Amino acid sequence: MDRRSLLKMVATLTGAAVVGGDLFLSGCQSPDKKMTAFPLSQSTISLLDEIGETIIPATETPGAKAAAVGAFMNTMVMDCYSQSEKEVFIKGIDQLNQESVQLFQHDFIAATPDQRKELLIKLDKAAQSYQKDKKEDEPVHYFTLIKQLTLLGYFTSKPGATQALRYLAIPQKYVGDIPYEKGEKAWATS
Amino acid sequence: MADNSFDAIVVGSGISGGWAAKELTEKGLSVLMLERGENIEHIKDYQKSNQPVWDYPHRGGRTQQMIADYPVLKRDYPLNERNLHYWASDKDCPYTEEKRFDWFRGYHVGGRSLMWGRQSYRWSDFDFEANARDGYGTDWPIRYKDIEPWYSHVEKFAGIQGTYENLPQLPDSVFMPGMDLNIVEKDVAARIKAHYENRRTLIIGRSANITSKLPGREKCQYRNMCVNGCPFGAYFSTQSSTLPAAVATGRLKLQPFAIVTEILYDKDTKKAKGVRILDAETNLTKEYYSKIVFLCASSFNSTWVLMNSATDIWPEGLGSSSGELGHNVMDHHFRCGADADMEGYEDKYYYGYRPTGFYIPRFRNLFGDKRDYLRGFGYQGGASRKEWSREIAEMNIGADFKEALSEPGPWRIGATAFGEMLPYHENTISLDKNKKDKWGLPVLAMNVEIKENEKKMRKDMMEDMKEMLEIGGAKNARTFDHDYAPGMGIHEMGTARMGRDPKNSVLNGNNQVWDCKNVFVTDGACMASASCVNPSLTYMALTARAADFAVNELNKGNL
Repeated sequence: MDRRSLLKMVATLTGAAVVGGDLFLSGCQSPDKKMTAFPLSQSTISLLDEIGETIIPATETPGAKAAAVGAFMNTMVMDCYSQSEKEVFIKGIDQLNQESVQLFQHDFIAATPDQRKELLIKLDKAAQSYQKDKKEDEPVHYFTLIKQLTLLGYFTSKPGATQALRYLAIPQKYVGDIPYEKGEKAWATS
Repeated sequence: MADNSFDAIVVGSGISGGWAAKELTEKGLSVLMLERGENIEHIKDYQKSNQPVWDYPHRGGRTQQMIADYPVLKRDYPLNERNLHYWASDKDCPYTEEKRFDWFRGYHVGGRSLMWGRQSYRWSDFDFEANARDGYGTDWPIRYKDIEPWYSHVEKFAGIQGTYENLPQLPDSVFMPGMDLNIVEKDVAARIKAHYENRRTLIIGRSANITSKLPGREKCQYRNMCVNGCPFGAYFSTQSSTLPAAVATGRLKLQPFAIVTEILYDKDTKKAKGVRILDAETNLTKEYYSKIVFLCASSFNSTWVLMNSATDIWPEGLGSSSGELGHNVMDHHFRCGADADMEGYEDKYYYGYRPTGFYIPRFRNLFGDKRDYLRGFGYQGGASRKEWSREIAEMNIGADFKEALSEPGPWRIGATAFGEMLPYHENTISLDKNKKDKWGLPVLAMNVEIKENEKKMRKDMMEDMKEMLEIGGAKNARTFDHDYAPGMGIHEMGTARMGRDPKNSVLNGNNQVWDCKNVFVTDGACMASASCVNPSLTYMALTARAADFAVNELNKGNL
C-alpha cells in the first residue's frame, strides 16, 4: 500500500487541502500559457523569503530564508499552479504590501519584525475565516497559498528536514515503540 | 539453434513474466523474454533511488505540464515527480473509455514489479470456492491444495515478511520475520481481538520486503523509498529477483522494445509456432519461434495479444471460442474506510520508515456472518503521529509555531478497505480498431463498472472500520469515501479466465488456452474471481505451477 504513500501528502495545511491542489492529486486543469510574471523578479523572491521568514523564523535552527522558500515558491507557482491560482498569488503579493502600507505607512520589506508579524497574524486570521466560509469554486485566499508553500518548502528543504526535523537516510530498522520526550524533533519525510 | 528459435517465449517481464523466465530457464529451456518497453537495469538505472525529498524541484508533486501530458495517470497518485519515468505514457499508449477506466501501466523491463505495493497474501478456499458457492462467474478449476506448494515455492524465493496467524481465510505464507506493528497499532489490535473474540484481527501487512538476507539481496533498510527501485534489492521485483536467476542459467535472452502483436497459430498442428513482434524503435516486424508461449503481458495486454491472434480461424481472436475472451474484468474497489484520532501515547514514537502498514483480513460473509451483499473486503492502514502539515490551533506564525510543527503531532489511525468485485460477463475490454497507438496498433476499449453488490459492500467498508477504530480506543472516528473508478486498484484481473469447461472459459486448470495448448496465460488475465486480497503473489504461484506443468508436458511430448 505504500506505493500510495503520496496520499499522505494530501494533508491539511492551514485548514485547506493542499493547493496547488492538483499539485498532488486529482488535477484536471489544462496547462496554461506562461504568465509573463514568471520567473518572479529577484526583489519579489526576496520579499517572499522575508514573508516566509516571518512565518518560520530562524531559531536554534535555520528559518525559511535559509531554506530559500522564495525561490521555491517561484518554482511551484510557475510550474504547478493553474492560471487562476497564479493570478491569486501574484495579486496577493501586491495586496500584502498594500495592507502593510495601510497599517504602517510603508511596505512589508520596510516594516519592523514586530510589524511584519502583526500583519501576517492579521492576514492569517483573515485567510482562515475566508477559507472556512468560501464556496468551493471561489479562489483560495492568497495568504493561504503563501503559507502553505512556506511550510512545504521549509520542512521538505534540506535545512528544514535535517535540522528542524530529523532525517534518516538509512534507518536500517523499524522499531514500533520508542520513548519520546517533549522537545524531540519529528522524523522528516523520507 | 537459429537465433530466432527458442524452447519458450515469454511475453512480458513483470511479476508473471519474470517468474516464467526463471522457472523455464531453470528447468533447462532456452527462453526468449520479450518486453515492449525499454530496459531498466537493476540498481544502475534506478536514477532517483537515493534522492532525498529536497532534491525534487517540486518536492515530489506534479506540474501542470505533467498533468497535461498524463490525462489518465493524473487521476491518482501515480502522477508524481518521484517515479514518473516508470509509468507508461498516456499519449503514446491511448485507449478508449466507453466508461471511465483508469489504466496505470509500466512499460519497461520489470513492468509494475518495480512500482508495486508489495502486499502479498495467499488466497484460501473461501476464494477458490466463491464462484461455485454463489454462482457468479464460473468455478475455479483449482483449489487451495493445488496451489499451496507453489505459494511456498515462490515465497521462499521472493521473500515475504509477515506473521503466522493461522487464519483460515488468509493462509500463512512461508514468512521471513514480520515487521513491527507500532505501539498504537498493537494496542488497537489487542482491543479488536478481545472485543470480536478473534473473529477480527489486525496484523502486520504481509509484504515482499525482505527482513533477512537472500542471495544477491540485502534486507530492508526501512527507507520506504521503494517506488524508485531499491538499490539494496530489498523488495521483490523482476530486476532484484527473478531476472538474475534466469540470467544465471545462461539460457535467457531478454529483448526490450519488442511489442508482441500476434501469436503465430498453426492451424494444422493446432498449436502456436511463435510470435510476431513490432520493434518499438524501428517499427520493423519480426517473427520468433518456440515450442511454448507464456503470455504474461499484464491482464489486458495479454488478452489484447490473443484478440489479435488467429483471427482467420476465430474472428474474435485466439481463445475466443468460449465467448469469454475480454469479459469478466475485475479490480479491487477501494478508497473508502475510516480514520480517527488516538489520544495519549504522547511519550511514544517509532523509528524508521516502514514500507508496509497493518492489515485486517476479511471477516464479512464468513464463519456464519451474513450480509446483504456477497463476498468481502480487507483493510490496509496504519497509525502514525501527524507531521508538520497538521493544523495547530491558535498558533499560526513565528517561532512557537515552528517549534510546535517540528515536533511530532498527535497520533492518528486509519485504514482503507479493498473489496472484492464480482466477475460480471458484461464488464469487458474489446478492440477499438478506429483508434491507434503510437505504433499504429489498435487500442483497447474499456467498458467496466461496479454494481449493486460492490456499492452495498462499500457501506460496510466504511462503517466497519469506524466501529473497529472506536472499539480500538480511538476518538472522532470518521468515515471517508474518496470515490472509486474501475482500474484505480491497479489490480485489473480477468478477461481470459481459467475454468473447467472450454465452453465458458478461456484457459484450463493449468493456464493453457483451451484452443491452443502450447500457449499459457499466467498473469491477471487468468483470474476467474478477484478475492479481496492483493493478487500478485497468486500470479507468481500460478506462473510457477504452469511452468512446471508445461515442462512436464513438453518432456512427455504432449506439446
